[in-house]
This record gives sequence, C-alpha cells and structure tokens, in this order.
Amino acid sequence: MFRYYAWLAARSLRRSPALTALMVLAIGLGIGASITTLTVLRVLSGDPLPEKSARIFLPLIEPRSMDDYRAGDPPSEHMTYPDAMNLLRAGRAKYQAVSTGGAVVVQPPDSTVEPFMADVRFTSADFFPMFETPFAQGSGWSADDDEARARVIVISQSLNDKLFGGADDSVGRTLRLRGNDFRVVGVLDHWRPTPHFYDLIVGNYSETDEIFVPIDTGLDLEFGRRGTMNCWDDATDPVRSPNCAWMQLWIELDSPAQRAEYEAFLVNYSDEQRALGRFERPTNVRLYALPEWLEFKRVVPSDVRLQVWLAFGFLAVCLINTVGLMLAKFLRRAGEIGVRRAIGASRRQVFSQFLVEAGAVGIVGALLGVGFALLGLWAVRQQPGDYASLAHLDPTMLGTTVLLALLSSLVAGLLPAWHACDVPPALQLKSD
Amino acid sequence: MDILPILAALKRQKTAAALIAIEIALCCAIVCNALFLIAHRMEASRIDSGIAENELIRVATAGLGNAENPGLRMQEDLRALEALPGVRQAALVNQVPFFRSSWNTSVRMARDDQQSVADVGAYYGDERLLDTLGLRLVAGRNFTHDEIVTFEGLFAGEEGPRVAIITQTLARTLFGDADALGKEFYPSETPARVVGVVERLIRPNISEDPDFTGLSMILPIRMGGGYGFYLLRAAPQDRAAVIEAARTKLREISPNRIVLSATTIEELRSSYFEEDRVMAGLLVAVVVALLIVTALGIVGLASFWVQRRRRQIGIRRALGATRRQILYYFQTENFLIVTAGIVLGMLAAYAISGWLMQQYELPRLPWLYLPVGALTLWLLGQVAVLAPALRAASVPPATATRTV
Repeated sequence: MFRYYAWLAARSLRRSPALTALMVLAIGLGIGASITTLTVLRVLSGDPLPEKSARIFLPLIEPRSMDDYRAGDPPSEHMTYPDAMNLLRAGRAKYQAVSTGGAVVVQPPDSTVEPFMADVRFTSADFFPMFETPFAQGSGWSADDDEARARVIVISQSLNDKLFGGADDSVGRTLRLRGNDFRVVGVLDHWRPTPHFYDLIVGNYSETDEIFVPIDTGLDLEFGRRGTMNCWDDATDPVRSPNCAWMQLWIELDSPAQRAEYEAFLVNYSDEQRALGRFERPTNVRLYALPEWLEFKRVVPSDVRLQVWLAFGFLAVCLINTVGLMLAKFLRRAGEIGVRRAIGASRRQVFSQFLVEAGAVGIVGALLGVGFALLGLWAVRQQPGDYASLAHLDPTMLGTTVLLALLSSLVAGLLPAWHACDVPPALQLKSD
Repeated sequence: MDILPILAALKRQKTAAALIAIEIALCCAIVCNALFLIAHRMEASRIDSGIAENELIRVATAGLGNAENPGLRMQEDLRALEALPGVRQAALVNQVPFFRSSWNTSVRMARDDQQSVADVGAYYGDERLLDTLGLRLVAGRNFTHDEIVTFEGLFAGEEGPRVAIITQTLARTLFGDADALGKEFYPSETPARVVGVVERLIRPNISEDPDFTGLSMILPIRMGGGYGFYLLRAAPQDRAAVIEAARTKLREISPNRIVLSATTIEELRSSYFEEDRVMAGLLVAVVVALLIVTALGIVGLASFWVQRRRRQIGIRRALGATRRQILYYFQTENFLIVTAGIVLGMLAAYAISGWLMQQYELPRLPWLYLPVGALTLWLLGQVAVLAPALRAASVPPATATRTV
C-alpha cells in the first residue's frame, strides 16, 4: 500500500511543480536555518572537559577592602597572588593549579624567522593532570619545578609546528623567551577545550595558549600579563600585591563530601585572614563546579541564542506556509478523494495517502535543509569571532536535521490530510 | 464594496484563511522586532568617539628582553615616530577607544569616602595626548609640562597626579550643573583638580548606557616601563605611508623590539563592530526571506482559491459583475485577511519585544515600527494577490455554463 501511496504522491507532486518546489524550499530553508543556529549553539554550550567537568571547581574568596562594599555582592572573581599561592600550597584538593594569562616574545631558534608574540599561560604543575591535557611528547613539570622557579615550559602542538617544524624530539630543546632560555619538557597534542573555561577573560572560545610556564618563573622574568586586574588600596608591586586580584585557582574534588570540606576550608581561610586584619569584608566564599561557572558567566553569546529563536520563528512561518499550501492542494483534489472514497477507500487510507505525500515533501525538504545547513555553517566559519571556526555539522545534528524535517512536514501534513479525509464522497461525486 | 459576501465566502475556508492570517501575524511580529534590532545595532555602531578617528594610528611594540630603561626607550621611539614625514602629532597612551583593553578607576569625592561616585575610563598621557587625540576642549586648558608624573614613578609609590582633564559627562556626574573647572575629586589617594573639560571622549569598554560610555578622564601620567603604545596623528591620505614608515623606523632604531601591530583607529572600529554588522546582515536576510516566503504563500493560496472558484466567478460575471469587481473582490479579501494578521501580529510583536527586553536588556519596541510593519505587509499582500486576482478577473462569463 505504501508503494502505491508513494506513487500517488509522486504523481501529485509532479503535477504542480512550482507549488511542490515552493513547499520543499520553504521547509528546506526553515530547517537549514534552524540547524545552522542549533549547531552553533551546541558547539558553544559544549562541555569543555567531558566526563570530568562536574569534578572541576573554581573556588572564590573575597579579599577586597570595604570600599564600595554592598551586602550581597558576589565574591571577587579573581584571587590575589598571595591568596592563590596559599591555597595552592595548602594542597587540600586532589589537584590544584593557579592560572592566569599573558604573552611573551618568542625568539625562534632559526634566526631568519622574525620574533613574534605568543600567548602564555602562567600555571602550576597540577594543571596538566587535572585537565587531562593530551601530550604528544614529554609531560608537564613537577611541583618541585614550581618551587625551584625552574625555566621549563610546555608548548602547544601549533607552536611546535611553527618553531621546530613539527619535530617529534622537541623535548629537551631550548627556546628563548624575552631574552631567557627555557627547556621544553612537554609538547601538547591538539587540545582546544570549548569553551576556553580556564580563562574566560582571554576569550570565551579562544584557542589554547601556546606556552605554559611555571607561575613564579614567568613573574620573575616579567612576562607580559593579560586579563583583568582589580586593585583596591594603593599597590606598589601589583602582581604580587595582597591588594590586587587577578589570578584564578582551579581544583579537582572527587565527591560532594570533599566539596563541603573544601568549602569549609575556604571559610576557615577567609576567617583567618579577617582575623589577621587583611580581609575587611565579611567572609564570602563560593565554590563553583565548572558547569555552574560557565552558566554563571553566561558564556554562550546572547546573539547566538537570539539567532536560534529567530531561525525557529522563521521555520514556524515556513511550516504554516506549507500547511496552508498543502491544505489548498489537498482540498482541490476533493473530486479525486470523493471517487477513492466511493470505490471503497476508508478514511484511514485517504489519511495515510496524504500523510505519505506530506512526508515525501518532508524528505526532500530535509535533504535540501542539510544542504542549506552546510552552506550556512560554511558561512558562519567565514565570520569573525573566535568560535566561528568551530561550527561543523556532526552526525547527531545531521540526524536531528532529518528528524526535524520529517516531523515538521508530517505535522504540516496532519491538518490538511485530516481535512482531506473528511471530504464526503457522495457530495463530491454529485457536484462534479 | 460590500464585504459581507467576502466574509461569508471566507467562512467556508476558514482554516486556510486562518493559517494565512497566523503566518502574517508571525511574520509581522518578527519583522517589526528584527527591523528594530537592525536599527539598534546600526545606531550602536555609529557611536561618536570624540577623537579624530580618521587621522589616528595605533602602534604597539614589545621588547625582546628586559631592557635597561624601557621608559627611556619609549620616549626615544616616540621622538623618532614624531619626526616621521606625515606625522602631525604623536603621543604615548595606555588605551584607545575600540581596542578591547580598558583601564578603569573608581573615583571618590573625598579621600575617606567608602562609596565611589563613578567608575571612570582612565586615559594616561602627557601634554601631547589632548591634541593627538583631537579632543575638543570646551573649558579650561591642557596639561603643562611640570604637571606630568611618570608611570614608573606611580609604580614605585610616588604621589599620584594633581590635575585631570575630564569629559562633560563626567563633569555632570561629579559636580552636577556647577562649573567643574578648579574643583577637586579623588582618582587616587591624591586629590586631582579639574583643569580642563573636553566635549566628548568615550572609554574603550562601550556599554548600552551612553552615560557610562562617556565617563572618561585624562590623567597627566607619562606611560613607560613597557606599558602603553604610540598614537600617531596624520592626514587620512597619509596614514598608509606613515604605518609603513613607522614599522621601518622602529626596526631601524633597534632590532631588540618587535612591532606587534600598527593599525588605524578606523580599522579598530570596524573590527570592534564586526559582530554587530554580521548580526544586522543576518537579520536583514531573515526579514527578506520571511517576506518572500509569506508572499509566495499568499500567491499559492490565492491561486488555488481562484481555481476552485472559477465556476462561481463565471456565474458572477454572467450575472453582470465587471472584471474590476472581481479584481476588487480578491484584493479586498486579501486585505481583510492581512488586516486580521496584522492585528494579531502587533500583539505578538509587543509580546516578543517584552521578552527581548527581559533577555537582552533592549529598550521597548518603539511604536513607530508597528505602522511600518503593517504597511509593509499590506503592500506585500496586495502585490502578492495581484496576479491571481487578475487571473480571476479574466475568467470568461461563459465558464458558468460549463462543467469543470
């Protein structure tokens, strides 16, 4: 029976090609726009550390002075150097690492290549095991290297390509940064957590840093800093001042019990600092799990959400349009329906027949929609913005496209098919 | 024209008529809000910065090692850049509009005030900055040479600057309608006296709130210690040559430093608003696509109705209706349906606007967009229905005598 319906549908659709094209195009455009925007949204609201993000936490404390204090304000989003280092050395979590961004001039070993600026991450040993960064060569540095302010670095895959031509024996090589020699201890494999969760100031979706350096080593050598710094009382040496907040500490905890414990530890630390007269504001600590932090920071650009709404509004208009056209088309065939009903087709059969026709429009629309989505995503990738290059259609979204198109066209066909099978056979035959 | 028979006929196909009306309503609601969003973005990207935008170039450098005296090196570089042919003025500065890096300071009215009066965009520069930026002084004067303090000095704990030049917006925030000249406020622990008021200077962190965006001050601090960049002013047509010359000159003076970037402020502005432009373009595309789809829908549906009613049209013609009356019939029918859609659409437009206000902190949809949207859709409906209606009008009266 299905094959017969399909044949009927094909015949009917061919009879009015302009109309069929219009319906297919409308569905295709609507679906294409929706899938394009949904894909971008999906990429941007992805989990930067799948399977692990719920165990990664960002502790915040309130080190600021009473100036401009308002009760109920959330705590400072950054820590001072002394606080971050105190908490780091306390070692109360499974892993803990400080993190802040910067930039430094790299002098390539090949003197024919001009020196250039590279993004630097000032961090500490646990950064690598905690975030499970993939290594192509070597590994991170040790906590002893941190303490010894060792001149060691981990470099990204792209920097290894750029400097050493992608060599696989880069570990142990020397790299000159701002006039100082550093030993490469590790080369990362491709790693681009999306969003760029461990530093949203640098950019929500920016590329991974190119050089990772032990924090004190980088600060001693006065590498350039990047990001916000918020100072309250006058600070002569802002970087190590207890009055300037600009760093973050990331930790890994395994259980809710540990989370509660760590929170108590933060409260304890804050109270202690208050007692010492250093912290002035009431104790105010937060311990954000990574997904909570991304939510709190509204990482996904509001424009992207707006685009999704816009695309679905457009899809709705396209669908209503298609419903109207199908309805008109089906009802024009009242004569044909009357004849089919009179020679014994049941309502259910007429209904199925028209649903098959609607479904056929949907399938072709879906194919067209995938085409439009690919085109749309290509267009997105040509746009500025650091997330543009991430917009690719994955199998899940491809499946969603087909499903959405079929579902849409079946929903669009429902009402017209219902009206069609309601045609009273006798009346139609009589009037013709 | 009597609309009752049209309504009676519409009743017989209320589902299809209702669908078109709903489609038009949705279309109207989205188009109104989209047009408003487009206008909003375009307006935001046309913001007046207050500086001589089409004459300015930003040159940023970075040292290769810890130079002996980076502050001195920067002054030498500045002098060399100033001497380049085509350069009218040059200055060192810490920030510039449309570059995504901002320096902000909370200012107070008294040293011991716990609450600050305003969060202000702080420009640091010496007496050359005012003219280099091309700011318009509306009261007071520029800094004098002996009022300048150095950035390195501040770092080492020296006293902060004692004078400041502020924008009119900041003057109003700090001192209300009173004359700001000669009055003091606290950008640091040291009180600063207002010696000049400029008409306008926006901060780099542009906000939806124009009052926030206009809150800027210039403090007489000479940048150094590796912080800050060079701002060159040249005639618009000389800029490309100056950028080239600056790169060459800096390389010539010392290879121990690299030029990070040398761009015009116009380029910075253009890339600053690029995402807004893309979004506006996208909205335009959606509006156009929506209108086309809706128009085609109207054409399709009207064509069907004309075909279905050929017999009735023939009968009416046979009974004496003119072609014009048939044409009017379909045009009026379309007008009625579109009007119903527009009424619904206006309500929906306001609902969407309310939601946008909540989600995106946008202002309420100005009412002017509603008649614009309505007019657009009425026009669209009439244009779309014209061809089918003309076909209807050309149905010969003889059709009445034939069976279909």
